[in-house]
Amino acid sequence: MATIRFTNVSKSFGKVVALDDVSFEVEDGEYVCVLGPTGSGKTTLLKLIAGLLNPDHGTITFDGRPVNKVSAQNRNAVYVPQQYALFPHLTVLQNVAFGPLARGAPPAAALETASKTLELVRLTWRASAFPSELSGGMQQRVALARGLASGAGLLLLDEPLGALDARLRLDLRHKLRDLVKNSGFTAIHVTHDQDEAMSVGDEIIVLRNGKIQDHGPPRRVYRKPSNIFVANLIGNASFLEGLVDSTVGETAIIELRGGLTVQAPSKNLTLTDPVILALRKERLRISCERLDLDNLFKGEVRAVRFLGNSREYLIRVPNGLIIASRTFGGNERAEYAVGDQVLAGFLEGDAMVFGYPAKGLREELEIE
Amino acid sequence: MKATKPSVSASHSIASRLLLNLERLSAKTTTTKVVYSTAILFFLLIVITPAIAGIIVQLFSIPRLSMSAEIWVKMRQAVIWSFVIGLSVSSLDVLAGIPVAWLIVRRRGRLTTILDSLVDIPFVVPTVALGFSILEFWSNGGGIAQFFGSPYAVPPGAVLIALLHFAFSFPVIVRVMVGEFLNYRETYEVAARTLGASAFTAVRTVTLPILRPGILAAFLLALARSLSETGATIIVAGTFETGTVFIYDAHASNLTSAVVIASLVMIVSSLVVFALIKLLAPRIRVAPLKVWPNLERKLSKPPTVALRNSVSLIVFLLFVLLPCLFIALPAIQAASSETVTEALSGIGPWKAFWSSMFLSYLVAVLATLVNIVSGLPLAILIARNRFGTRLAKIIDALVDLPIVVPSLALGVSLNFFWQNVSALPEFWVIVLAHTTITYSYFVRTMAASIQGIAPELEDAATTLGGLPLRVFRRITLPLTKYSLLSGAILVFTRSVDETGATSAVAVTLKTAPILLVSWIRGTVSVTPAERALGVGFLVATSFLALVFLRLIAMRQSTKVG
Repeated sequence: MATIRFTNVSKSFGKVVALDDVSFEVEDGEYVCVLGPTGSGKTTLLKLIAGLLNPDHGTITFDGRPVNKVSAQNRNAVYVPQQYALFPHLTVLQNVAFGPLARGAPPAAALETASKTLELVRLTWRASAFPSELSGGMQQRVALARGLASGAGLLLLDEPLGALDARLRLDLRHKLRDLVKNSGFTAIHVTHDQDEAMSVGDEIIVLRNGKIQDHGPPRRVYRKPSNIFVANLIGNASFLEGLVDSTVGETAIIELRGGLTVQAPSKNLTLTDPVILALRKERLRISCERLDLDNLFKGEVRAVRFLGNSREYLIRVPNGLIIASRTFGGNERAEYAVGDQVLAGFLEGDAMVFGYPAKGLREELEIE
Repeated sequence: MKATKPSVSASHSIASRLLLNLERLSAKTTTTKVVYSTAILFFLLIVITPAIAGIIVQLFSIPRLSMSAEIWVKMRQAVIWSFVIGLSVSSLDVLAGIPVAWLIVRRRGRLTTILDSLVDIPFVVPTVALGFSILEFWSNGGGIAQFFGSPYAVPPGAVLIALLHFAFSFPVIVRVMVGEFLNYRETYEVAARTLGASAFTAVRTVTLPILRPGILAAFLLALARSLSETGATIIVAGTFETGTVFIYDAHASNLTSAVVIASLVMIVSSLVVFALIKLLAPRIRVAPLKVWPNLERKLSKPPTVALRNSVSLIVFLLFVLLPCLFIALPAIQAASSETVTEALSGIGPWKAFWSSMFLSYLVAVLATLVNIVSGLPLAILIARNRFGTRLAKIIDALVDLPIVVPSLALGVSLNFFWQNVSALPEFWVIVLAHTTITYSYFVRTMAASIQGIAPELEDAATTLGGLPLRVFRRITLPLTKYSLLSGAILVFTRSVDETGATSAVAVTLKTAPILLVSWIRGTVSVTPAERALGVGFLVATSFLALVFLRLIAMRQSTKVG
């Protein structure tokens, strides 16, 4: 329905800067996840698109048309708040029919649209119930149906699964995405759950303190995060401090604190640069036998965490550093106990190298 | 400095030890039972019984209740008119009051804060003075006729009664609706807007239907006041009779049977109408199946909104504020004359005036305190269904009684009760009579507010080891402070301006409104300037007290967050 473009948009509330010079584009029909910790500006972003807030600076366009002055009811952008805001005095069917009615559809046609949409979310049997009589999951589906039936083309979902319990969240997130995609909607889905963002988004926008940290397809953002904050927010990793010892072509030799040297992609590193080497837990492989890896060293298992389908080991390597490793699969043979001596290693290409952050590592890893 | 410190901390520790002991006491079931049963007993004996005892006793003590057929027809007509005027005026008040309440809440600013305070003016003008003010403004030569010519003057009668009732019920609606709008979750409206509804459609189909219980409560309070008010109504009625005017006339002509019968008819029919409205209103489901997008879009546009705001403000100024203050307007002129110096030095009639002012405020403060102490347990009982839903429902229904009894009948009843039943000093009789008159306002406000707090909060505090009194003091009370003060403001202002029932129980003591009535009626001869100044002083002091109380209320509510 619409290509949304933000150009240098800023929004402050008093002295608090909620969004700081933000620019991005969302393609027609895309399902975009906006990921960020509490207070990063996610909800402000949604409300700006919905027309519930006006930007202090910058322009927002839908299909190239500036909408800064278009009021909320004329934007065709449905805002679905976190607690759904289902109208308590109306039945499920009347709630879903609200959008078409508000836009002037004759009652009969509006009710028909509503019934059809209820069928889509499989809630026809609860059409005459009131929202307070429904479970959380059903309420979520009614809120979605209300948005889908409204005749808008853009859905703004503010933590749509946030009020549901963990199991239901997993069940519903793909259904949510499929329904939205099949109906041809463009959707902006705000969440603070990185698994949710990665598994449902065509694209991910990572926000922090009102600034976009990264924007791209989930795979790219996961594999090549643009900075330490994004690497830490999306997926688990160990962060190790070091200095660039030498560079040979594409490879850099990095001396980690404590004297251990490893190979990593050189990027544009210069000698004696302080750097941070980030290593995803599942990329650190451990074994009793020799592995064919670029970086391999001896280590000792210091802790084991059982996580059902995976195990997490904390490995102490010769320089005294502790690095986390995650192994998947039910291979009983590959289980280790505390105190076991193992070999640990990773491929050169799996290491992510970042320049040392100006404010310090701890600051960059701060999520809340 | 150092020497005083230990004594301060010692007194502090005595107070906190006392509090701790009280809190421990509150955990015992016997204590709880004693507190609640005392509150119920107080309610039944001091609030309900005096309000109706006189009427009931007279009903049985008159040897033969009889009315001629002619008077019977007159009474029926009068009672019907009471309800016609009450229902239509209250509806109009809702229509006019909601936009003003909306403006106060949604356009927070210095101007709307002033408006917020001005709305309470009719509360603080003594009812009888209000009656005269309305009469002067609408009917007599000096008011509206002066500007538009005598054909536009409104003669005493049904229309003038409606204008009077419209003015004094207006603040009730605005007060209640401001509270409702403040508590309302705006996300519903936001959701409606992004679904394509214009601002007007969103408010009409979502906000107002959700707030229906509050609107209904406001409507009923306005209706009760319209049905029971006597003092001001008789001044503007002329030869026209409503139920309360009929009772007044019958009382004046010593038709005891007619007084008793008409009072009972008014009380019973009010209660029946109240019960019917409460029962039926929630069942009417206004499905928003009809939307007029283009029309409602136009109504949401800034020029239309500005027009609507101006119209509501003009209605407020022309039909509420000006008519209510009209009697006090000459006070502005008098303020620059020597009348003021005379007044302030307490010469002549002013000596009595100032002591009556002192008496009025003392009574109001005490009545408010008695109300808070005796009303809080009852409000909790109603809100939390303590001791079963049945008891809570019965008390809930009875609480409205004192405000639906026609004020003259209330006065007669109170007078009868306190003259025969007790040997209390007159001062305390007035305080307790005022407690009866104002009781409903406080308990209603507090019960609604406590109902609005999630019981989980109290449960959580209790499982954290909170003793009942401490949970109430630390959790419930801070969260309801704004309503507590609103309730107290209602009680306080009502007590300061009450005239009708007070004159029935006061024999030698004169509260300020009673004194002013004698000034206005000419029983005590004063100049028009003095009269205006007297009313002006009472209005100004009550208004200042009100603003002061509201400032405290606002500070407290922001402290709580």
